[in-house]
Amino acid sequence: MQPGDEIQPLAVTPDKYLTVRYAGASGDFNPIHIDEEFARQVGLPGRILHGLYTMAQVARAQTQAGGGPQSLKRLSVQFRGMGLPEHELVVTGTVRSADDGVVVVDCSCEQDGKRIIRNAEAELRLPPES
Amino acid sequence: MPVNTDAIGKTYPAATYAVGREKVREYARAVGESNALHLDLEAARAAGYEDLVAPPMFAVVYSFPAVLPALFDPEVGIDFARLVHGGQEFEWDTLVVAGDEITTTVSVADVSERAGNGFFVHASESVNQRGELVSFARWSNIVRGV
Repeated sequence: MQPGDEIQPLAVTPDKYLTVRYAGASGDFNPIHIDEEFARQVGLPGRILHGLYTMAQVARAQTQAGGGPQSLKRLSVQFRGMGLPEHELVVTGTVRSADDGVVVVDCSCEQDGKRIIRNAEAELRLPPES
Repeated sequence: MPVNTDAIGKTYPAATYAVGREKVREYARAVGESNALHLDLEAARAAGYEDLVAPPMFAVVYSFPAVLPALFDPEVGIDFARLVHGGQEFEWDTLVVAGDEITTTVSVADVSERAGNGFFVHASESVNQRGELVSFARWSNIVRGV
């Protein structure tokens, strides 16, 4: 990986019940993620994705680029706007720097043309030969 | 109502989370992981790991029992009705595998107010049963209109 290279984009469309499965898997049962009626009552368009689920998709794009879970050493994100089930998420990233196997990637996650995660920065540590 | 900056530096009791093999699989499936290290015990062992490897973002799961009470601390005073998760950062060290016991400690790293909004940052640090650092996190929350 060299500065300017793009990592392989990751596209995923969370299905209608994803937020329920992620709530169970993560332990975050905030009703804005799992109860359509509640979400609308508090002014949301409907149930929204957990931000940390969307961040996990950004992380997956990095570990796929880096060759496994051991490669990801740091990830910071800013959440901007909400993600919705049944709409495609696309994670993209561009290598900012690559020195001695430490690769820094600027990345973001888009849904329906909006960057719902922006200013994300990942640090990957790659084996010396790659 | 001004934010309470007195809470900066406050620490909370550590909480320990025992990482179960099926919990790792459940989480990996929920986030769409396809790497066999998270799903296939034989593949994980063949790669030199004792058990299924937790995906990096599983840090959310093992640190939640320590982080939640800190977020709900009345002294910090976060109004959940106006809460927005603004940002998140993780740093990872030793990988977590099923069977590990992860102990997380949380502190209030920063509380501030800008343009009428409250900014709250909690820091958490997680170690495994051998005392090795597994991850460090910063949880940034914004409360609109404090």
